[in-house]
Amino acid sequence: MNEGEGLQLDDEGRLRHFLTIEGLNRQTLLDILDTAESFISIGEREIKKVPLLRGKTVVNLFFEASTRTRTTFEIAAKRLSADVINFNVGISATNKGETLLDTINSLEAMHTDLFIVRHSDSGAAYLIARYLPPHVRIINAGDGRHAHPTQAMLDTFTIRRYKGDFTQLKVAIVGDILHSRVARSLIHALNILGVPEIRVIAPKTLLPTAVEKLGVHTFHDMSQGLEGVDVVVMLRLQRERMHGALIPSAQEYFNLFGLTRDKLAAAKDDVIVMHPGPMNRGLEIDSSIADGPRSVILPQVTNGIAVRMAVMALIMGGQTARNRRPV
Amino acid sequence: MTDEIDIPAILQRTAEILRPQLARNPLMIGIHTGGTWIAGYLHQMLGLKEPLGTLDISFYRDDFTRIGFNPQVRTSSLPVNIDDRHIILVDDVLHTGRTIRAAMNEIFDFGRPASIRLIVLIERDGRELPIQPDVAGASMKLERNQHVKLTRTGEDGGPETLRLSIQEVGA
Repeated sequence: MNEGEGLQLDDEGRLRHFLTIEGLNRQTLLDILDTAESFISIGEREIKKVPLLRGKTVVNLFFEASTRTRTTFEIAAKRLSADVINFNVGISATNKGETLLDTINSLEAMHTDLFIVRHSDSGAAYLIARYLPPHVRIINAGDGRHAHPTQAMLDTFTIRRYKGDFTQLKVAIVGDILHSRVARSLIHALNILGVPEIRVIAPKTLLPTAVEKLGVHTFHDMSQGLEGVDVVVMLRLQRERMHGALIPSAQEYFNLFGLTRDKLAAAKDDVIVMHPGPMNRGLEIDSSIADGPRSVILPQVTNGIAVRMAVMALIMGGQTARNRRPV
Repeated sequence: MTDEIDIPAILQRTAEILRPQLARNPLMIGIHTGGTWIAGYLHQMLGLKEPLGTLDISFYRDDFTRIGFNPQVRTSSLPVNIDDRHIILVDDVLHTGRTIRAAMNEIFDFGRPASIRLIVLIERDGRELPIQPDVAGASMKLERNQHVKLTRTGEDGGPETLRLSIQEVGA
């Protein structure tokens, strides 16, 4: 899937689309984090809007259900003064015979400037980015098991806000790595930002083959894996994507890999606990942890708005210039 | 041309011009980056009690869709409620007027001030919008491709550490 690396950058190395973390350099990620930092204060103002994308049309094109991601993209676009249309293409619509590209054609004919795409197939956002004319921008809001780059950016943004320096951290990602686009994108981002120790903790059945090639240490035991970590990222157990018996029983999974106070005691005292949501309480995380003092799960949601504003602003800035000769 | 401009003397003079307005309890706001330096000195000389406000107008620029923006945007901070307040808006150089247009738009997203006065260190020719300063420290006539730039040597120095220079672009 490395084709995205060329597709998402223009000739000068600036972001044109945001499809994957892979292939981006450290400075690009830092630019996104720094820009997001300046958008945080907008959400605290009386008038929570800046005019950057005034007159632009943004389509939230979701082929897969999502509440949080779609809503935060919608709020982010509205805070930038764009006009936002939500287009939820359920399974039934595709059953009516319209293909993905038919749908895109009709939305592009409405002069959309930016598509935010979520799809259950890996690579769907790439297909659309290749297909549309170059002035239309694409943000990947999650494609199959492949990537969820804005989630990775809001996770790293949250880590930076609580921990400051990336280069001293131990980060553990726990649970259903196999089905997780969040984990894949986050591992790439943490590596690029210089996190020295990234651990994944999961049963063997929920780890992709050759996961070590991503630059992580694997653990199958929580007490070993969480020893001395600064950050714990819990993943949702994606039962809807599981075919066959990948986990024993819910209770046994919780006993072995669910995050509880006892297991978290192995981590550093000032550890932060993250979760991309939606949470399965009592399956991958205990409520006392999810709602407890170490949890930054709700700040993640707030940060997600600022990070998505930053990504939109960076890929839409100078959009006109590339299609017009300078005056 | 810039050597004749005595910045500490200009600041003294400007502070004296502004002093009668203290009765209205004005709120001072500087525009990043040079404007916040000038505003900082005036704020101190006038002994204003409330904290200095700062604006980064990057999100309000009218050329964003043409050139994008620098990711090193600083946060705008107006620490007190500006409704019905008299604002002294400070920038280093007034040229086209577009920065001031953007700054006023941003201010109005924070509230409805009673009035805004514009104070600049240097007022040069080349206005593109109907915006004029209430107080200008010095005036300059420059070629179209010339720009005045204010720099500061050292982080927290006094007004004597400010330097004006003229740069030529696209020459």
